[in-house]
Amino acid sequence: MVLDVKNISFSYDDELIFENISFSIGKGDVLCILGPNGTGKTTLIKCLNRIHDIDSGEILVEGKNIKDLSFAQISRHIGYIPQSHIPTFPFSVFDVVLMGRAPYLNLTETPKKEDEEIALNALKTLGIEDLKDKDYTNLSGGERQLVFLARILCQQPDILILDEPTSHLDFGNQIKLLEIIDNLAKSGLSIIMSSHFPDHAFLSSTKVAIMKDKSFIDFGKPDDVVTEENLKKAYSIDVKLIKIDDNRKVCVPLKTNLKLGDI
Amino acid sequence: MNKENKEIISTVLLVFLPIILFFASFLMGRYPISPVDVVKTILSPILPQLYVSSTVSTIVWQIRLPRILAALLVGASLSMAGTAFQGIFKNPLVSSDLLGVSNGAGFGAALAILFSGSSVIIQIFAFIFGIISVSITYLISKAYKAGGILILVLSGVAISAFFNSLISAIKFIADPEDKLPEIVYWLMGSLASVTMDEIIMIIIPLFIGFLVLYLLRWQMNILAMGDEEAQSLGLNPSRIRLIIIAACTLLTSAAVSISGIIGWIGMIIPHMARMIVGPDNKILLPASLSLGASFLLLIDNISRVVISIEIPIGILTAIIGVPIFLYLLRRGYSEWS
Repeated sequence: MVLDVKNISFSYDDELIFENISFSIGKGDVLCILGPNGTGKTTLIKCLNRIHDIDSGEILVEGKNIKDLSFAQISRHIGYIPQSHIPTFPFSVFDVVLMGRAPYLNLTETPKKEDEEIALNALKTLGIEDLKDKDYTNLSGGERQLVFLARILCQQPDILILDEPTSHLDFGNQIKLLEIIDNLAKSGLSIIMSSHFPDHAFLSSTKVAIMKDKSFIDFGKPDDVVTEENLKKAYSIDVKLIKIDDNRKVCVPLKTNLKLGDI
Repeated sequence: MNKENKEIISTVLLVFLPIILFFASFLMGRYPISPVDVVKTILSPILPQLYVSSTVSTIVWQIRLPRILAALLVGASLSMAGTAFQGIFKNPLVSSDLLGVSNGAGFGAALAILFSGSSVIIQIFAFIFGIISVSITYLISKAYKAGGILILVLSGVAISAFFNSLISAIKFIADPEDKLPEIVYWLMGSLASVTMDEIIMIIIPLFIGFLVLYLLRWQMNILAMGDEEAQSLGLNPSRIRLIIIAACTLLTSAAVSISGIIGWIGMIIPHMARMIVGPDNKILLPASLSLGASFLLLIDNISRVVISIEIPIGILTAIIGVPIFLYLLRRGYSEWS
């Protein structure tokens, strides 16, 4: 297994965020974590690459306990794109992608010719070479997400952790991004992402977890986990699963006939 | 103008501007010296036959050279520290005054003036208190669990205010006949009385500060992406920030210890440099160094030539700096939201 998570828990200022979470993913797996707002998906994700330190349990990256690895070692295994990014300086796209080489450089080193080639290849893989010299602050949400993806490809990790990668993207770009994720998984990367859209679990995932009330309420294959029953448990609304052509399933939330005043 | 041409022009400008100003500055001052005499005097230690006169020699070596060097070094230090601070705190209103360095150093100097008056002791006290104030700021920010940049900046503001009131207290008890004017004058910032010995004393701390910042120039870019992203790229953000703060403190305290408090340089030069060469610290740091050195030297020349009474340079940098800062803001700083 590429990543083994065993019975982990985490509290923030004495407030328990999650407990008893265990799962593992192998090469080429795409794990989609679903769950309502505020269940701690983001916190869980940040524990997986040690931005937060878990309180108990253990996380094994390629069999090695994450607590025994330095930040630099972790970053050679795990790449991460946060849910939102607050830009400050208008670095060029190429400079941003090149930052992905940091895990392989000493504290006082700057990128070399080989690093620049790797960065260029990452841009080519995602088809965004033409953005190379643009300021990354002036890109659309979709383009910027591709730039960050190029940066983690440049990092050459085994695992990509993406916190709601589609949340700032329009309808079309969401599907494109999921297809890119699918392709990356087929090339051998393992991917963990959180999402607000149960549909996304059917589009590219091999595994799905539903997080609710401080733990996973279910974990397994998309067809077994993303059910009308589980979605009702997770989001407290009725959901209809509909099969469309080529056996693809979509989830439709039903109206709750909510009236103002009785929320 | 295409991008490459622009890069070549700005590189040439940034390399030659301080060099040209360095030589031109020897010509500035009350006592007129011709360019030929300046060149002759500078070469005279190697070629004694070029010696002009003892008056010219004294003015070039003992009056103008220390002052020119001080302007270049202080300008470069404050600007580089400002650039690094703005980068790691991701905030455009930050300069080396932020974490209490300037006011701490100012207090140290005021204390030293009160009790002694020897320039070496003033320098040492300014330096030590500059470092003490940053350390207090840093320790306070560490005492709060939430930590983070905001807490650090806020404790810096508090510590600055604290040392500022201590400075006022010293002014209040200082002898208004001799000590008080000296303290006030020192706090206004001046390069007029800098000696060669003082410059030699700060060379090593400055060199260490410049070197550390230069070595971390690329990692500084990554730090500007935010702590979590920096960590996910394998860096230890709080450790690197600590090293950078230490280097900036060294630079600022050393500079302040010979020049007094000179504001605005550390704030506006990074903005100007960023407009010329962009945000990449690999180029931005050297550019700020060159621009800051040139800017302060230019202002010091103005301060001693244009107006018949010499104005403390700290006042001039503020008078010139504020409009420039406002102009830079107006130029549309799209990246600062």
